[in-house]
Amino acid sequence: MTDAQPRFLRPLKAPAENPGHSLSLGPERPLVLDSGKQISPVTIAYMTYGRLNAARSNAILVCHALSGDQFVASTHPVTGKPGWWDYAVGPGKAIDTDIFFVICANVIGGCMGTTGPTSINPETGQPYGLGFPLVTIRDMVRTQAMLIDALGIDQLLAVIGGSMGGMQALQWAASYPDRVYSALPIATAARHSAQNIAFHEVGRQAIMADPNWRGGDYGLSGVHPSKGLAVARMAAHITYLSEAALQRKFGRQLHDRNALSFGFDADFQIESYLRHQGMTFVDRFDANSYLYITRAMDYFDLAADYGGVLAEAFRATKTRFCIVSFTSDWLFPTVENKRIAHALNAAGANVSFVEIESDRGHDAFLLDEPELFGTIRGFLTAGAAVRGIL
Amino acid sequence: MNLIVPAARVTLRPDLAAIAEMVPHGAKVLDIGCGDGSLLEHLLLTKDVDGRGLELSQQNVNQCVARGLSVVQGDADTDLGEYPSGIFDTVILSQTIQATRQPRVVLQQLLRIGKHVIVSFPNFGHWRVRLTLLFSGRMPVTRTLGHSWYDTPNIHLCTIADFLSLVNEAGARIEHAVALVGNERTRRIPGNTRGANLLAEGAVFRLVKK
Repeated sequence: MTDAQPRFLRPLKAPAENPGHSLSLGPERPLVLDSGKQISPVTIAYMTYGRLNAARSNAILVCHALSGDQFVASTHPVTGKPGWWDYAVGPGKAIDTDIFFVICANVIGGCMGTTGPTSINPETGQPYGLGFPLVTIRDMVRTQAMLIDALGIDQLLAVIGGSMGGMQALQWAASYPDRVYSALPIATAARHSAQNIAFHEVGRQAIMADPNWRGGDYGLSGVHPSKGLAVARMAAHITYLSEAALQRKFGRQLHDRNALSFGFDADFQIESYLRHQGMTFVDRFDANSYLYITRAMDYFDLAADYGGVLAEAFRATKTRFCIVSFTSDWLFPTVENKRIAHALNAAGANVSFVEIESDRGHDAFLLDEPELFGTIRGFLTAGAAVRGIL
Repeated sequence: MNLIVPAARVTLRPDLAAIAEMVPHGAKVLDIGCGDGSLLEHLLLTKDVDGRGLELSQQNVNQCVARGLSVVQGDADTDLGEYPSGIFDTVILSQTIQATRQPRVVLQQLLRIGKHVIVSFPNFGHWRVRLTLLFSGRMPVTRTLGHSWYDTPNIHLCTIADFLSLVNEAGARIEHAVALVGNERTRRIPGNTRGANLLAEGAVFRLVKK
């Protein structure tokens, strides 16, 4: 990035060449949303790794979280950083691309190539902005199902995801039980809690308070509500870490100085760290997308679609489940993950539940956690053996 | 002579081997207190079961899942209520009933969720236990009951005779009964259980609701 403009004034630009694949669905295949509205045309940007076998039985869908994208195991085209789950996906890794065909698609409402608020609204010729209809987790899954159809895959060997990706894995299993042989929701919940919604609302208000947001119509203005989005990211980032990890990593250490400045500069390392997190995020993420995707998570309450009884969502399911939580995750705590495991037990489902000891908070699912990888590998290997893939 | 023996068979404890013999081929099985998953793995390999586990220790659970077994972390005392009735062909509770807070409630839950229930436990009526208490006047610490009274997880020990009366109270019938005797041998328990209550270090029962 050699842009001369100050960082916060720079409009978000999608990379000129988005690596990977995209599927375009024309007016004959509109996406019908939970809200009753439709989106058409729809583009789904996705990446694949490994090879689909002749029986088309080794496909694994990895679902990304709020701030993720399809670049699960390849260099990010904007940041140049390794894929967000490079630790887990690749040849010989826990999700072994020598054995499995891994698909990861940008969610509907996203900003890395799949149709979202930055896309052009065919009715106006302008970016959708807030004219984009509200999407839900189920809409995300519905979109992915269209992609899986197009790829000619009847059944996914596994749907895997952490956080919002875990919500999608659960929704997949509930919406398309016959198309999901196994599901691996990690550090997630079957519903967003009041606290989850509260943090998201803080983030959204920060974006909307940025004068550059312009009621969502910043699309062609050449500016981006980067300050608001950065603050949203900073607040959210705190929720991804544990108090212990913050203390261990930063404590009260000062940033590039020996004494307090008696001002509002980033005196403390934690401040500088959060500012950095906020600033780098705005380079690769769209503010309106952030509004839409956080809203989709807030609206998620799987049991509500099944008379308030979560077990009913998985009634007579044949899908194998493995639920994973982390001890220090207070955003999607063990108790929420266990609630899912209990409901699956009540539905008579084949379920495993693993809680992994880690002090790294919610973020642990994205980090180098050997016990997580052991769990994923064991679960996938057992399933693959039964399916005759190994 | 065939020298190749599956590893699980070699390492399986005699009480677990006795349990495994009572599990029908292809059954849907829940192993409560499944530990490191040895029995479940053995049943998968030799009986082709659809096996699940419930285990208190998270460390054990993680190990089981990494081995490819379907196991959830949970407590027999509190978590059995969530399973639907009659969902399993066979429910196994091995060496665990004596460590539960409410053995009678747990047994009733087992009979509710499983068509057949297999329970194994250490026999507090074994002659060595009786003699230790009689002559030393102190709580027995034996090969099968290796804890001191103050740190034992076994808070509800019973004899074979005690267990039989609980089975009766719970409205269950015994289908199979095996005594675990010295030198890792098993022996079928006859109709008259007085001998077994004295000579068996442990026992395995398969029950069915009357």
